[in-house]
Amino acid sequence: MLFLLAAEGGESDHNPIIPIWQEIVVGTVAFAVLCFVLMKFVFPRMEQTFQARVDAIEGGIKRAEAAQAEANQLLEQYRAQLAEARTDAAKIRDDARADAEGIRQDILAKAREESDRVIQAGKDALAAERATIVRELRAEVGTIAVDLASKIVGESLADEARRKGTVDRFLSGLESTGAR
Amino acid sequence: MFGQANVLAAGQAAFPPSVDDFYLPAIVPWGAENAPWFTKFTLMIWIAVGVLIIFFLATYRNPQLVPTKKQWFAESIYGFVRNNISVDMIGHQGVRFAPYFTTLFCFVLLTNSFAIIPFFQISPNSHIAFPAILAVISYVLFNYIGIRHHGFGKYFKHALIPPAPWYILPLLIPIEAFSTFIIRPFSLAVRLFANMFAGHMLLLVFTLGGFAMLNANAWLAPISVVSWVMTVALTLLEALVIVLQAYVFTVLSASYIQGALAEEH
Repeated sequence: MLFLLAAEGGESDHNPIIPIWQEIVVGTVAFAVLCFVLMKFVFPRMEQTFQARVDAIEGGIKRAEAAQAEANQLLEQYRAQLAEARTDAAKIRDDARADAEGIRQDILAKAREESDRVIQAGKDALAAERATIVRELRAEVGTIAVDLASKIVGESLADEARRKGTVDRFLSGLESTGAR
Repeated sequence: MFGQANVLAAGQAAFPPSVDDFYLPAIVPWGAENAPWFTKFTLMIWIAVGVLIIFFLATYRNPQLVPTKKQWFAESIYGFVRNNISVDMIGHQGVRFAPYFTTLFCFVLLTNSFAIIPFFQISPNSHIAFPAILAVISYVLFNYIGIRHHGFGKYFKHALIPPAPWYILPLLIPIEAFSTFIIRPFSLAVRLFANMFAGHMLLLVFTLGGFAMLNANAWLAPISVVSWVMTVALTLLEALVIVLQAYVFTVLSASYIQGALAEEH
């Protein structure tokens, strides 16, 4: 077949459709070197660069989204804190108001108690005074009355009076009359 | 007979150009015939490999998130093949083939471009050896991917048996086998080779034709000028073919891998 083709080539020694084996060797080696270098050192790095570029763009978008989300979250947090602070302040005001009222009531109660105590002490003191005076008066009045009666009757009724309790009886009758 | 450079230097155009114009004498040893280890073709291959390696290593030595102009340029080549060929043809799985397709695309584009770059002025891909290597790699790659994805038996069943009535299968299976496992690598290699070969041949015809007419008769000089203007126009056409063939080679390779990975027909 090859002979036939070569023969048909006529006067020419060369047949362009028959490859020259030396060129096949050279071409194979050269193309293998080219493939090795480009496919190992160049195009994978381009693929990496493309990927890095995609990552950079997507990463930028993601970072922006994350920052946005964080800002929103912070805003929510601040709002919540603000609302909480407002509630707290209101509560503190209410508490203070309630405390003030309580303190006022306390002071009032104490004052009322104190005044009651003072009044009571005064009353007690008065009563005691009165009792003392009454006792003294009773003794004095008895003595005076007996003295007076002795002077009038001319004899000493002191023993008699003591014996019979006349004066006391009289005074008790007088007291009960006055109390009525 | 020596190459076209010698011909032009001699001021005597060998017209019409022949297949022999594609077989240049060796550089080392200088001028030797049939010594293909170190010729303009292998030198151009090494230059293409070196230029691509240096370009990509230099532009991607220190990649930044915000790219520099050069880095952006390198990235947009990769991004073009990755998104507009790999991912478009294969889907999200295509990303892992993008490095190979980009290497393939850049290599084919640059070696094709030598066809119209001054002082190169011929593409290494006009020797079928180089397109054949690339086609074989694509062939092995798509079969390997398919077998690894589906398993050996299922892959061939999947590749050979189209969803058709049973009575048509005896006709379809040989066609499918022929087209998938024989025609594909061959067409891939020949398409690129023939485009580059024909492009160079066309440029030779119009360039040398101009000289041939001028040498034959001074009165034909205006037609020689027309011929050279045609050369310029065809160079622009060649630029289109260069980019298109690099793209087509890559897209077809991607399409074969997509077919190997596909669950259904």
